[in-house]
Formats: sequence, structure tokens, C-alpha cells
Amino acid sequence: MSWDISKIDEWHWKEHPTGIAIKDPGNSRQVKTGGWRSLRPIHDKEKCNNCFICFVFCPEGCISFSNDEFAGVDYDYCKGCGICAKECPVDAFEMISEIEAQSKEK
Amino acid sequence: MAVINSKTVAIVGNEAVAEAMRQINPDVVAAYPITPQTDIVQAFSAIAADGLVDTELVNVESEHSAMSACIGAASSGARVMTATCSQGLGLMWELLYIASGLRLPMVMPNVNRSLSAPINIHCDHSDSMGARDSGWIQLFSENAQEAYDNIIQAVRISEHPDVYLPVMVLMDGFIISHAVDRVDLIDDEKVKNFVGERNAPFTMLDPNNPVCVGPFVHSYYFEFKRQQEEAMANALPVIKNVSDEFEKISGRTYGLFETLGMEDAEFAVIAQGSGAGTIRHQVECLRSNGIRAGMIKLRSFRPFPAEELIKALSGVKTVAVFDRSTTFAGGMGGPVFNELRSSFYEQEAKPLMVNYVYGLGGRDLSVELVKKAMEEILEMNSSGKAEQKINYLGLRE
Amino acid sequence: MITTDEITEIRWHARGGQGAVTAAKMLAEMSLVKDMFFQAFPEYGPERMGAPIQCFNRLSKHKISTYCGVNYPQIVVVVDHTLLEVVDITTGLPEDGIVLINSHENPSETRKRINLEGRKLYTIDATNISMESLGRFMPNIPMLGALLSITELLSKEEAAGYLKESFEKKFPQKVVDSNITALERAFEEVKGE
Repeated sequence: MSWDISKIDEWHWKEHPTGIAIKDPGNSRQVKTGGWRSLRPIHDKEKCNNCFICFVFCPEGCISFSNDEFAGVDYDYCKGCGICAKECPVDAFEMISEIEAQSKEK
Repeated sequence: MAVINSKTVAIVGNEAVAEAMRQINPDVVAAYPITPQTDIVQAFSAIAADGLVDTELVNVESEHSAMSACIGAASSGARVMTATCSQGLGLMWELLYIASGLRLPMVMPNVNRSLSAPINIHCDHSDSMGARDSGWIQLFSENAQEAYDNIIQAVRISEHPDVYLPVMVLMDGFIISHAVDRVDLIDDEKVKNFVGERNAPFTMLDPNNPVCVGPFVHSYYFEFKRQQEEAMANALPVIKNVSDEFEKISGRTYGLFETLGMEDAEFAVIAQGSGAGTIRHQVECLRSNGIRAGMIKLRSFRPFPAEELIKALSGVKTVAVFDRSTTFAGGMGGPVFNELRSSFYEQEAKPLMVNYVYGLGGRDLSVELVKKAMEEILEMNSSGKAEQKINYLGLRE
Repeated sequence: MITTDEITEIRWHARGGQGAVTAAKMLAEMSLVKDMFFQAFPEYGPERMGAPIQCFNRLSKHKISTYCGVNYPQIVVVVDHTLLEVVDITTGLPEDGIVLINSHENPSETRKRINLEGRKLYTIDATNISMESLGRFMPNIPMLGALLSITELLSKEEAAGYLKESFEKKFPQKVVDSNITALERAFEEVKGE
């Protein structure tokens, strides 16, 4: 990644690319949307049947699978929308308070 | 004028534009017909159907879609053209800003026609003047020859890396679009070499260089708009340079505006479009009678060549601006008048400035009307006073 | 006659569908043969078959830069004589102007009938010529022929040559030939006083 957009809000008007075209792909990784989360999905491996439905529906693409098995949620980008919990046919996700979750981690 | 060109023809303005389009051979044309622009789309459709161009012709169901398709195609890297006028331009409105905001090179002839209501299909400049703040370059054409020449030059101006802005080429509805006129065509090969390969700020269909176009921008929108203002200012020297290069293949040169008698003029008239031709005829008559009249035919309205105009007008006592539209500011006159007057604000020596709003809805700017105005301007010039700053020429009053 | 440095302005009176606009356009194209400058334009608006229409030409040896309507023509061409009772064909026409009318009458008869004062008057029976050579009422080509003849813009041979070249691209040989006949007859049969 060559294009550092961390200070884009401070750029001089001449620094921006012509035509608002973002020519450096993948820079959305630099925007960690996980900080927006107020509810956190907690996955229950016991209930999960590895059906991939959460993988398909997650709008941020933060759910990963490995060898056809659920491998985790990327909390750096998960916005806590709860779609995974809503769509899961076996109720394997529980949405818990983010503040509560963070205090437990400390 | 040296005859450099191989072919002189008798064609109407719309056919001249379609012929320029054939020679440019754009990748995509998406257009919707509207009087008096229809013949452009019709003639070009025939050219495309005959296989004389490689153009993908997109038949859309409205001007909104025409401009949308053009924006999509231009973003993907295609050389794009469309054509419209009047209500059609109105329907394109929100897209005009997208084309210029995304800095997409594009060329669009606009056959100037009045806006409804009351419904009227004849010429005035209200349609394109309304789009004067949309970020498009606007070049006026006096006749079919200039419309043809402007279309070819517009490609180069639009695709210049210092500019990257869409260009509107204006010509008067019916008066030019539907009148048979003498036009010198340039050889196909010369036009092809002149316009060259398409040049654009980005292309969306290059897998090796992916781009994201048109993202939501809140925090640096202002900065992009400042860039657009800069691009428009950059267009001033580019328009002149492209005109110089064009002279080499055509023998015709244009610059930002044309002058007549300005070296010794005591008063000057400014006009654009076909009206400038009729006025020139009268200015020449006055000059042959020893009266030091001058005129400026404004070609580039966007960008507005304020500095150059001030310089050209520095020696005159009186300036009369002819506007074929009005601003509805409550008696402030037309757009060219307002912008020129505002340009003179910083100047210590200001000429007496008057405005003639004329020709709305196709009201003819006859030789007699121009004569009448010239007599009034002469009178103002000798008395140094203008009884009436805003005049409606040819209005029944 | 079109030899001066001035612009010659022409007004055509006809009815929608009689080919006057086409004739005006062809006159413009033909003047290109003589390396002249020209304009041809109709009176813009809705055109309806049979309704009175006007169209215009400007011709000059030099570049023309007036783009307004023609208010003071030097030549008036009346393609349909029934218009003489409907339209004032002399509007803006100066005393030394020229009138060309499609009529079977002699110029003196027509002059008396329409009370035309001054001006040079020409008549040509374009209706009859078109009926005989084309088999239908399409008076534009004979009117154009008569106009070319009195203005001496093109010779009969030049005009016929141009028409041949232009029409052969669009029409079958029979149509081309009959139009050339109509044009040539008009050159010969136009009468003036």
C-alpha cells in the first residue's frame, strides 16, 4: 500500500487526485470501522453448523472460514450490525454490549 | 484566407457538427433528439449505421440517461460525445455537475434554444447560460464553420491534462443549425491526427490500475471544487494553444475572442453567436465611414477571459454588451454584461457600459435593429452618458 | 446579374410541399460551383402541406456575416401564383427589384392583374413544364432554372451538369432526365419585361 490517507482531511487542495478517483485500491483497510460497534457478536462453536450463511450476509466481510469451518470475526472492522445473529439458522451468535465485552477483556 | 482544405461544401450547421463527429470517430455517443438539435443525432445515426465510424451509439430514452451513459462510458475510458439543447439540457442538469466534478473529458454540442414557458423552439442563449456555473467549458460559434471547428478543437481542450473538463460547443438554433452555409472541411486524416488518442485522468476498465470513482466525500469536497476552478483557469491558455495548433491544419484561428478595429476604437460592442456576425457587418460599415467603432466576438464564455477582455477594451470610452439571455436578477441585464462589468471593478479607468438584451425566443436581430442600437451607442459615446443602462432591443414597447 | 460585390438577397414564396426550401438549398449549392458565399434558410416553424411558406437566400462573392432574416430582398420568387391574392409579395422589395412568378401569362398580363408598379417582372409557366416533363405538380426545378437564367448565376449547361451529378446519386435515371428537361425548358421559356 503506497497511499497513506490517514491525514487526508488535512491535505492541501492540490494534493488530491484529479476527479476524486481513488487510484490506490484497498485503502479501506486503513479505516478501522470496528470502533463504531456498540454491540459485539459472540460466536458459539457448539451451536454452529458451519453453514456459511453469516459469511455470505456479513456486509463488511469480517467473518472468515478456514477448511470449511468457522474461523472468527475480525473485530477491527465489525460494525456490530447484528446481521450475522439475525440470519444464523441455529442462533450461534449472541449480541452483547461492547462496553461490557471490553471491560471483561481488561 | 488560404484554402488549405480539400473540400468546401454547402451544408447546414447540424450536418457540419455531425461531419466533425464522424471525423473524430468517438467511442461512444449517447444522445436523445430534440429540436433544433435532432439533425445532429439523425445524421450521426446514419453515419454509424453505414459503418463509417466505430462508435457505439446508445439510443437512450431521455437526456438524463444520455448524460448518465456518457458519464459511465467516459469513466471507463471511452471518448464520448452527445448533443442536446433547451429542455434537454435542463433534464441533464444534475448530471452536468457530475461530468465536470469527475473531471471527465467529453464534448457536447448544444444548439441554443430558449427555455419554456411559454413554449418556444427558437434561438436564445438561456439554456447554456443557465449551465454557466456547472463547470463545463462553453465555446460559442458564430456559424456552421465555427461549430465544426469548435467541435474538433473541443476534443483536445477537454482531454488536456491541465484541464480535464467537459466542453459544450454552442451554436444558434435554426439560425445556424438549419441554415445552409459554406463550410470548409478538413481532411479526415488531419482531423484524426489532430485529435489523437484519447487522454483521460483515469479509466475504470484497466484491471492493472483499478480505481474507485465518485466516492462519498464530505471532508474534502471543498478542495475538489477548488481544483475545478483551477482547471477552468488552466483552460484559458489551453484554448489559445489548441487554436494555434488548429490553425496549422485549417488556416483558421480563434483564440478566446475575435476583435475588429479594437486598435483604434472609441467604443466597442461585444456579442456572441450568430448575432456577432450581423453586428460585425454594421461595425465594418461604420468604420468604412470613418467612425472608430470596434467589436469583440466572445468565443470562450467559460472560462471567462476577464483579464484579456479588460486589456482589449482598455482604449474605449463606451462598451455595449449584447446578451441573448437575461439573468432575472430584477433588471440587472444579461450574464455577459454582469460578468464584464464585474471584471472592471478593480480598474481605475472604467468605460461607460450598457447592455442590450435581444433576440429572446428567436426574435430576429435584424440589420435595422443593430443600426438603431449603434446610433444610440454613438450618442452615448459622444455625450458620455447612458440614459438607460439595460436596453431590450427589438422589444415591443 | 449577380456580379456586384454586394450581397444579393432572395425571398421565395410557396406553399408547403412545393419544394421551395429544396430549391433554395440547391441554389446555395449551385453558387458554390462559382466559388461564391451563400446562405439558404427557411422561415422556421411548423411546416404544413399547402400552407404559405417563405424561404430565403443570400448570395455574395465575399464572406457573408449577416445571419438575420431577409427583410429587403432584391429578388422575390413566387412558386405558386395563388399566393398573389394571399400574400403581399412586394413587401420590402425596392423599386428596381425583380419579381419572378410561376404563371402561364405574359409578364404584361400578370403585371396588370396584380397591379405591380415598377420592378422588373418575369414569368415562367413552371406548373405546365413540371406537368409535361415530370408528370406531376412540382414546380421547384423549373422555378430554379428560370431564376438561374435571369440572374445569370450559372449557364444552362453548368446548371444541367450540376443537377445531373447531384440527382444521379439519389434518383433513377428517368427522374434525373425529366428534371434536367424541366430545368432546361425553364432557361429558355422565362419571359421578362
